[in-house]
Amino acid sequence: MKLKGQAHKYGANVDTDVIIPARYLNLTEPAALAAHCLEDLDAQFVKRVKRGDLIVAGANFGCGSSREHAPIALKAAGVGGVIAASFARIFYRNAINIGLPILECPEAVAGSEAGDNLEVDLTTGVIRNLTRETQFKAKAYPPFLLDIIAAGGLVEYTRNKLASKGVT
Amino acid sequence: MGMTMAEKILAAHAGRKTLDPGDIVSVRVDLALANDITAPLAIQEFRRLGVARVFDPAKVVLVPDHFVPAKDILSAENAKLMREFAREQGVHYFEVGRMGIEHVVVPEQGLVAPGDVVVGADSHTCTYGALGAFATGMGSTDIAVAMATGEIWMKVPPTIQLVYNGTLPPWVGGKDLILATIGDLGVDGANYAALEFTGDAIDALELDGRFTMANMAIEAGAKAGLFEADWQALEFLRERTSRQFDIPVADRDAHYAAIKEYDASKLEPQVSFPHSPGNAKPISQVGDVPIDQVVIGSCTNGRMEDLRAAHEVLRGRQVHPRVRCLVIPGSQEVYLRALKEGLLASFVEAGAAVSTPTCGPCLGGHMGVLAAGERCVSTTNRNFVGRMGSPRAEVYLASPAVAAASAVLGRIGSPAEVVGLPEAARGEQK
Ligand code: SF4
Repeated sequence: MKLKGQAHKYGANVDTDVIIPARYLNLTEPAALAAHCLEDLDAQFVKRVKRGDLIVAGANFGCGSSREHAPIALKAAGVGGVIAASFARIFYRNAINIGLPILECPEAVAGSEAGDNLEVDLTTGVIRNLTRETQFKAKAYPPFLLDIIAAGGLVEYTRNKLASKGVT
Repeated sequence: MGMTMAEKILAAHAGRKTLDPGDIVSVRVDLALANDITAPLAIQEFRRLGVARVFDPAKVVLVPDHFVPAKDILSAENAKLMREFAREQGVHYFEVGRMGIEHVVVPEQGLVAPGDVVVGADSHTCTYGALGAFATGMGSTDIAVAMATGEIWMKVPPTIQLVYNGTLPPWVGGKDLILATIGDLGVDGANYAALEFTGDAIDALELDGRFTMANMAIEAGAKAGLFEADWQALEFLRERTSRQFDIPVADRDAHYAAIKEYDASKLEPQVSFPHSPGNAKPISQVGDVPIDQVVIGSCTNGRMEDLRAAHEVLRGRQVHPRVRCLVIPGSQEVYLRALKEGLLASFVEAGAAVSTPTCGPCLGGHMGVLAAGERCVSTTNRNFVGRMGSPRAEVYLASPAVAAASAVLGRIGSPAEVVGLPEAARGEQK
């Protein structure tokens, strides 16, 4: 599977409170959450982002709360995937669970600027910066996570497992 | 080779004799938790799993605390969805008037014991590490799976041991230790790791201070923060649970990814400046920072010892005319004890607002949201941009004693400046 889009670049420690501020957590609809995505960090983001665009950010992306509303808001806002130098632990799980592609690759972050055109091959982890004609390789997922990703998320993965055990 | 506390607990729950950091294992869950913000999504995903009942209603707990008493219609709808699910499934549920902030209520209700694995759809689930449990935050989908199957996948974390030596100076407690530690490690310094807190200063620290420290393990990126259960933990548990449990202890030859030692006797009260819990400074270096609001409460500092410390500073004094001071006991149990001990009366006499237990202002939800340009000293755990309201407000994290002193002074200040030595230390000097 390939992703292609423009880079939106942010620094380190982008926390879940700026990805989706708590004042909107009484909302549960993805589209309603998406309307406020990143607004305290970059008020223009939601207006600027085009479907399939990629977030490129520094270390510890998604630190803070366990709110799954954060990856849901990003996905619903049209973000195709997030490339970061590193991810906070809970955000990492949440993104995999709901099917938001995430790639850990500090080199790609250092080598890309806002507005660059990027292409990501999720199967190989190869990130190409089309604007600068450079290429990077993201850290591979552990095989176990690949099974969850291949199933389409944790719910689907668990359903398959339960079905094979004859639970449902 | 020996194992750390985290490794021992996870091995026992994965049915393994040994395991190593980095191993991915499926572990049995002793308790799965969600709140009024994360439960609606978890319930939705639970339904999608196609399972009719939770794996064990006695091992699932739902606590409304973030936006209750309901702050608006949407919040009321979310709380209702959760309440109906709780009734349908017969799980633990704590209604307004019998509730409090999840991480204060869950241990109080005897739902956590040493050696347990607890997973919660709330990042501060790590609080229960104070009782020697492996407790960690996850998202709603993970909790849906845990509620349905009683199991969850985990990557075994490496453990970092933090050793605090020496005697804590007056007015320095758990909050100061953990703020200084996060300042030292950085907000991702322990990403994916488990922390093990130990040392003389920890042995001498009261249990409430350990809850505070375990609570903020996540603020350094940690997956869990563990304390060995000692007599204080056992005392706390005695009247709350009749369950049998073994106390997990790290092996002498356990392997640690890192060991850090701190001299607790040199520590001053700490203040974390905006907009990161990692921006910790000793109180002597704070300078002149006038403030508009003080919040004393939350899952970090909403327990009895916290309110007693705030009381020692506020008693017989007045909140500065420019300041709004909010005191929020963490649970109905704390509220009632504080009421009976007369603490709440002194808070009200001092000009503070005392609220029913709620997360409220901690996440900018309700009950004390900040306007642009306002500054707040808060005993909570996060001071990210927009965390307590306007993205142009500033939040300074501190202990209850520092927060209370700042409420009196109208600027960030130390309790020593307001009251001199604490009562306990005065007693010792006689
Ligand atoms: S008090 Fe604050 S940090 Fe604790 S559970 Fe509530 S919102 Fe989260």
